[in-house]
Amino acid sequence: MTGLQDRLTPEQVEEFGRELDEIRQRIVADLGKDDVDYINRVIKTQRGLEVAGRGLMYLGFLPPFWLAAVASLSASKILDNMEIGHNVMHGQYDWTRIPELNSKTFEWDTAAPGDNWRHSHNYLHHTHTNVLDKDRDIGYGVLRMDPDQKWHPYYLGNPVYATLLALFFQWGVWFHDLEVDRIVKGELSWAETKEVRRKMRAKATKQIGKDYVLFPLLTGPLAPLTFLGNASANLVRNLWAFSIIFCGHFPADVESFTEEETENETRGQWYLRQILGSANITGGKLFHIMSGNLSHQIEHHLFPDIPARRYPQIADEVRAICEKYDLPYNTGPLHKQLASVAKKIVTLALPPKGALRALVGGHTDKSTEARRVTVETQQNGSRQETAA
Amino acid sequence: MTTLLPRRATRAREAAVSLAERLLTPHGIDRYLELVDPLLVRSEIRARVTRVAHPTSDTVTLTLSLSRAWRGFSSGQYVRVSVDIDGVRRTRCYSPANSQYGDPRTLELTIKADPDGLVSRHLHEHAHEGMVLGISHPDGTFTLPEWRPDSLLLISGGSGITPVLSMLRTLRDEGYQGKAVFLHYADTAAEVLYRDALTELADDSDAIDVAFGYTAAESGADVHGLFTPEHLDAIAPWWREAETYLCGPPGLMDAVRAAYADAGISEHLHTEEFSPPALEIDTTNATGTVRFAHSGRETANSGDVLLEQAEQAGLRPEHGCRMGICFSCTQVKTSGCVRNALTGELSAEEDEEIQLCISVPVGDVDINC
Ligand SMILES: Cc1cc2nc3c(=O)[nH]c(=O)nc-3n(C[C@H](O)[C@H](O)[C@H](O)COP(=O)(O)OP(=O)(O)OC[C@H]3O[C@@H](n4cnc5c(N)ncnc54)[C@H](O)[C@@H]3O)c2cc1C
Repeated sequence: MTGLQDRLTPEQVEEFGRELDEIRQRIVADLGKDDVDYINRVIKTQRGLEVAGRGLMYLGFLPPFWLAAVASLSASKILDNMEIGHNVMHGQYDWTRIPELNSKTFEWDTAAPGDNWRHSHNYLHHTHTNVLDKDRDIGYGVLRMDPDQKWHPYYLGNPVYATLLALFFQWGVWFHDLEVDRIVKGELSWAETKEVRRKMRAKATKQIGKDYVLFPLLTGPLAPLTFLGNASANLVRNLWAFSIIFCGHFPADVESFTEEETENETRGQWYLRQILGSANITGGKLFHIMSGNLSHQIEHHLFPDIPARRYPQIADEVRAICEKYDLPYNTGPLHKQLASVAKKIVTLALPPKGALRALVGGHTDKSTEARRVTVETQQNGSRQETAA
Repeated sequence: MTTLLPRRATRAREAAVSLAERLLTPHGIDRYLELVDPLLVRSEIRARVTRVAHPTSDTVTLTLSLSRAWRGFSSGQYVRVSVDIDGVRRTRCYSPANSQYGDPRTLELTIKADPDGLVSRHLHEHAHEGMVLGISHPDGTFTLPEWRPDSLLLISGGSGITPVLSMLRTLRDEGYQGKAVFLHYADTAAEVLYRDALTELADDSDAIDVAFGYTAAESGADVHGLFTPEHLDAIAPWWREAETYLCGPPGLMDAVRAAYADAGISEHLHTEEFSPPALEIDTTNATGTVRFAHSGRETANSGDVLLEQAEQAGLRPEHGCRMGICFSCTQVKTSGCVRNALTGELSAEEDEEIQLCISVPVGDVDINC
């Protein structure tokens, strides 16, 4: 396994960082009306799909219309959460000074309140990308997504938890922001989460209120169909968002890091970690838009605050820089990346060999666990742990 | 019964709006309405340009039609006007020139293009019928007292005519019975804004007289050359007893202020500034470091206001009036002490919102900018 620090010489890292900085400066200087017009067009489309979806539910007794309503509403929610919400809340449009595009005030059509998410995602995840014990997006606190996460019999349920998380993804994100794992560890007191909980409750009430009470009631006798339609749109969005997001950091070969490795990182080293810790998905223009351009996860992690429509424009350059420095540029079609993620979810459900032996032997030897070493497995290049 | 009906209608409308807000959460009703027509929004004020005129070569007069959130203004006040230029929303203050009465949804702005200015030049060149602007509620205390004084002197220079013309038009609409003299300065006859409107006002009302001053012409006006108290003696000999409202370029403002100070009647003089007053800046004893947290930039404190220091450090923070009025440049100071360059007041509170354009760092200061 190649460590974060010894891939490139310090001089190379600096040069590499400078080249990426140059791309950034060039794009920032070029930001303007086109970027605002673009996001406004996406917003207009999303609002149109929203209205169409809600309206078509009135014809929900005719199956094709019900399906069209669900499709329209699903697309609206996906655009809202990904190309608009995720990106606006990253501050990608803060330079415009347009209040409706302001990262601090934008609110999205999902259960998780923007405020909570901004902290857990923008700060914790993007600053500590793929750093174990720091980046709470590794496994979302419920899954084992990295071999360096200590195995426990609980993780035998990994595929089940992942399926549940995919189905109820918006509630997973909603709950994730409560940082329950930190409360359990005693790093955060229940009282300290009062404000977070208040926001969670308020936002959830509003979201449930419109999708599962008001809109169904407004369609009168069609209420059950509308309820089902809205639930389906939320489900479609959940599955889609889960897939895109999990393909961003968890396909095989994407690396994770330790806190020690990332201490006193330079800007170049930070860039390096972002590239090694992210994976792209290939696809057409519409696919990129519907994924919020998170299909360019690598570019997004390098420049999280640059409008996402710019990522495809710089992808070739970033890739060329990776090649120049002999760095991996992890990309592939959705089905391949998803299969890779699924495989990881299943593989990591199982105990590392040593732990299993210990378990079968009837006693878990703590000191054995502690002396784990990490080795490279031949088949897939991903890390597997064994007991020393 | 009859009085109940409108109330019931209002209540029904409120209920409908509140239901719509619940249905359209999280974005709210305005984010949908504006896609149909930007002027349909309920909670913000938008304006559509309905007429564009160029009264002189370097000015533009815009007639605006306002959305329903507008609640009117008092003559002399200003509004913050927002316009997107190259994708960035810019905000500047402009004083309506129309009467506070009349069509309650109409506003008239006259803007002088600053050759080095961003917004005024943009509007001068690009304003067109149908253009949509953002407008704030009115602000400012440069207004006539509720009990109109018996004698009034209104003085303006250049584009500073707008708030005082609004006052004069308001007085005319009220059927003002005292005596009011309006003295407007321009370089030459060609530069006079609103000449016809002013003449008409004087013709309409016995209480109103209008006089012109040309600072760069020897004849054709009532008074000539730069302002002197003699100008006032000539056109309004009773000026020492009058309440005076003044708006114009810094030179005119300073000269009038000096005249009123000499006469010991500064309390009769009310002013509005369009351009920054001299700030209390001391660049010789500056210490400490200014850190701009968002951009990661740092600079040794030069003793100048934070806006200037930020710009010198290569940042482009949003700003408006550059004189502490419009609050466009407000940012959060996370730590350190700043001095208000207008009042001299010191403030060292943490996480405090400060105006960059009038705040001078005293020692180390951290800004979220
Ligand atoms: C209460 C109030 C009412 C007003 N009413 C009116 C009105 O009715 N009509 C009217 O025409 N104007 C009015 N103004 C003035 C108006 O708000 C603007 O200041 C004016 O239009 C210039 O704006 P701008 O964007 O064109 O210029 P800006 O781009 O803001 O530039 C203004 C000046 O600052 C200089 N400058 C810009 N950037 C820098 C920098 N980085 N460093 C140093 N100097 C710089 C420029 O050279 C220029 O001369 C009013 C102002 C106030 C405060």
